[in-house]
Amino acid sequence: MFACIHSPGIAASGIAEEFSPRLETLDPATVVLDVSGLDRLLGPPEKIAAAIAARAGPRARIALAPNREAAIHAARGFPGLTVIRHGQEAALLGSLPVEVLTPPPELLDTLDRWGIRTFRDLAALPEVGVAERLGAEGVRLQKLARGESGRPPRLADPAPVFVESLELDHPIDLLEPLSFALSRLLNQLCARLEERALAALELRLTLRLETQAEHARSLRLPVPMRNPITFLKLLHLDLTAHPPGAPIVAIALAATPAKPRAIQDGLFLPPFPEPEKLELTLARIAALVGAGNVGSPQLVDTHRPGAFHLAEFRGAAPRPVPHNPAQLAFRVLRPPLPATVQPASGTPAFVSAHGIRGKVLAIAGPWRTSGDWWTTSPWARDDWDAALSDGALCRIYREHFSGQWFVEGRYD
Amino acid sequence: MVASLTHLLNPPTLRRQDFLGCSGLQFPRGALTEIYGPASSGRTSLLFSLLAEAARTPEELYVLVDTQDAFDPSSAAAAGVALHRLLWIRCQGNAEHALRVTDLLVQAGGFGLVALDLADTPPRTARRISLTSWYRLRRAVEPTRTLLVVLGQEPYARQCASLSLETQRDQIHWSGALLNCVRWRIAHKKPLGSACTLSFLPSH
Repeated sequence: MFACIHSPGIAASGIAEEFSPRLETLDPATVVLDVSGLDRLLGPPEKIAAAIAARAGPRARIALAPNREAAIHAARGFPGLTVIRHGQEAALLGSLPVEVLTPPPELLDTLDRWGIRTFRDLAALPEVGVAERLGAEGVRLQKLARGESGRPPRLADPAPVFVESLELDHPIDLLEPLSFALSRLLNQLCARLEERALAALELRLTLRLETQAEHARSLRLPVPMRNPITFLKLLHLDLTAHPPGAPIVAIALAATPAKPRAIQDGLFLPPFPEPEKLELTLARIAALVGAGNVGSPQLVDTHRPGAFHLAEFRGAAPRPVPHNPAQLAFRVLRPPLPATVQPASGTPAFVSAHGIRGKVLAIAGPWRTSGDWWTTSPWARDDWDAALSDGALCRIYREHFSGQWFVEGRYD
Repeated sequence: MVASLTHLLNPPTLRRQDFLGCSGLQFPRGALTEIYGPASSGRTSLLFSLLAEAARTPEELYVLVDTQDAFDPSSAAAAGVALHRLLWIRCQGNAEHALRVTDLLVQAGGFGLVALDLADTPPRTARRISLTSWYRLRRAVEPTRTLLVVLGQEPYARQCASLSLETQRDQIHWSGALLNCVRWRIAHKKPLGSACTLSFLPSH
């Protein structure tokens, strides 16, 4: 048994979802739903139609029929409630005008010239003659006019929502018991993902606190994963670093689904950290040294010395790297050490700073650089490379604006 | 029936060692390598050369555990280090954290090279790292293809290192007002071997 809701101006699909998950949306105002089995819950078709009408409002047209097309035509053609039982389709639909069938304009014109105005007129025509004169489309329309079934419904497949939640009887204020609750939710979530052959790309944890406030955390994963143990460890580390401020009374866990990654490992490929293990290791390291101290260094497009950006480490895809001749490495002192420099004939002769003290044995420079003069933090300095008597080969510089000397670092 | 026990008398078969060659030196994978020497003696230049050499292997990832936050991305990039494949962990002077991070990384596995930089850590602090910790790192890295490199001012890992290299500054060449070239002397301390000199050019 199928029902059709036709209600211009109302979102019919929202109403239909309350009665059956098996529904097909024809247009925003018309929805067909399979109501087979609802009789055990609501009773005979008249009661089902009344229940839908009560929800859809007085302006909605509701029709129940043994097949999809009959229900659609009845809902579009008759006002109010219509219930068509098995075998009554042709008789009840017979009075409807052929325009309800929405035939092509040229076909409608032909039918009009023949004097065919209603379903009954069209149904009464000889089948062979209709096929010869109107073709396949004419035969299809004649079957529909007789109340016969056309095609099976194209059921809408709603996007799955992966959310698990838990209301707690007693508030939780420790991480250990929270882990047990999270473990249960994660297992359910991962099982549901597995049923649909999906994995999670993002996990969103929302904790409702006793103070009615919400503590929300989000874990963005580098690759789709579906391992509840890894998720639990990641959430545990994240909550250790960002604990909720009050006891927890409810937990909600949502996952953003994605297709699981599929890789083909090669026998001769170099070792590569497993993404799950790498993510877990990075989370542990971030908890130890701070999230801002872990990443992949990137150079910034500026001449300002020592400028860099620490990006999230994702184990980037291979890129060609220019092979340079052996270059001298530099070790930076962060922040630069303020130094006392004694000049002799315009060049530094003695350098003294915390941990560095010596006579200048050889020196190269100065190299004058400046930049960012168009911003609020301009810089200008003179750089020198100096070999000191204590064995250090360091770079010193003098700031133009302050006149202060600094040791920037050592060559090593 | 008594099974033959002669196999117990035979020495265990040594597995084929994998090496990463750099500047004429052979760095064993699955082992701990120590590079030590005073400041400005070429330890970091040698490490950058090693990272640049390792960058020629596609898809390998590297880690630098930077205890004193002294890594300079500009000079590393100039030396040919693939920054996009380098995981840089800044420990803000905490040697204990650096050791724990190294342990986590070695246990996780899959990295081509893990470098623990204790070059600017005061020797008094670095000497406190117990031999057990070094032994643990050595054991963890043994079954892998990871090359574990430790930079320091002194030999801290001692007998746990498979390769120990001592660096010294040999000569600095100045060309007028320019630093032209620096030569470092690399001495094989373990296993004992001859010393070699390597020349490095400044990037500017």
